[in-house]
Amino acid sequence: MEYLNRVIPVLTIASSKLVKTVEFNKPKYIGDPINAVKIFNDKMVDEVVLLDITASRENREPNYEKIQEICGEAFMPFAYGGGIKSLDQIEKLFSLGIEKVVLNSVLAENIDLIHKASSIFGSQSIVASIDVKKNILGKYSIYTQSAKKKLKTPLPQFLKLVEGAGAGELFLNSINRDGTFKGYDLELIRQISKELSIPVVACGGAGSVEDLKAGIKAGASAVAASSIFVFKSKNRGILINYPDWNTIQSISV
Amino acid sequence: MIGIIDYGAGNIRSIHNMLKRLGFDSFISGKKEELESADKLILPGVGHFDHGMKQLHSRNLTAMLHQRVMEEKVPILGICLGAQLLGQGSEEGNEAGLGWVDMKVVAFDKKKLGQELKIPHMGWNYIQQLKSSKILGDEKEERRFYFVHSYHMLPLDPSLGLCSTKYGYEFISAISKDNIIGVQFHPEKSHQFGMKIMKNFAQL
Repeated sequence: MEYLNRVIPVLTIASSKLVKTVEFNKPKYIGDPINAVKIFNDKMVDEVVLLDITASRENREPNYEKIQEICGEAFMPFAYGGGIKSLDQIEKLFSLGIEKVVLNSVLAENIDLIHKASSIFGSQSIVASIDVKKNILGKYSIYTQSAKKKLKTPLPQFLKLVEGAGAGELFLNSINRDGTFKGYDLELIRQISKELSIPVVACGGAGSVEDLKAGIKAGASAVAASSIFVFKSKNRGILINYPDWNTIQSISV
Repeated sequence: MIGIIDYGAGNIRSIHNMLKRLGFDSFISGKKEELESADKLILPGVGHFDHGMKQLHSRNLTAMLHQRVMEEKVPILGICLGAQLLGQGSEEGNEAGLGWVDMKVVAFDKKKLGQELKIPHMGWNYIQQLKSSKILGDEKEERRFYFVHSYHMLPLDPSLGLCSTKYGYEFISAISKDNIIGVQFHPEKSHQFGMKIMKNFAQL
């Protein structure tokens, strides 16, 4: 095995509370994100992505106090996204102990932030994130503000802009699959990872270890998921969990 | 007390957090007079080689660090860019490095990586220990660490190599000589594997 693909739990928060949505709606309260991170330490997870899903929508600053508290417990690579609009905010987040920032809604207005941030902090620390929705005709569009606002720029064109601006990774989230346990949108992963030379992190829909494997096979460099790591099963009984190391290794192609 | 050198190049809070969790006192500082009192030093760092060297120079830290490391033999742990700075220089830039060990830093050889492996080398990988060492602890179990880098160390003095890692080909992923240690990976982000290294360093 030449490369160990990362398996990344995503924790979605509404300011300070850990929640989980289905298709970006119906947030279910899970608990305190710090407890989840402590369990992920014990499980030795590859990396954690923390997303504040209401910050941009509410036009709110990241909750620095809570982020710092969570970071103090995170002994793994740690990324944060939600409500980030400026270089000052990015610098502040790094000073709290974050390794990577995830930029999403801001890219619709200011894609240049990627360029500015990656030239100062290095592209490895700048993750561009896009939320993609497939319509009934099978056409993909990008949405921002937690799936509230549709972006006019077509998907392939936007991806080129993001890559050209110097993003280190693309975090690709499928709105239709979010929280559904139906598996990743493999066609979307295939298309996008073929078009980009930066690593693609797939997210949205994973319901099993087999789904994680399929995501890697389709071309993702890393697979991210939320529901399967915070719920026991599709019935959504809460259980913070993560596969053991042998299983994680088996996911790499 | 362990002094974590703050020179405006990278994530240092997580190093402090891990030492705190392990029960060791440390302080973060970019001031010469404060770092002069540390009995151990950590040189972290993320980003461009020249940026890192320029930041050290602009804070007037290089002469003091040289005195402490080369004359007083204070243990120093370089992490990621902080490890790369220990040598003579890097293909990434034009600035001279700290020059404390006989090594250069080179870009990953894209031809040897092939189509599948991307640059940067980002993610978890294993180490193979090359010589006995207090910091690595001579353990037999499989150990994995988190890496993020596009350049790697290339010792000119072969006895420097402490462990190697395979990414397309074997490269030196940590070096050591006397009181100087440099690790390409991030122990502060590598769970219990990294904690052991930080603990061993704190107890040197």
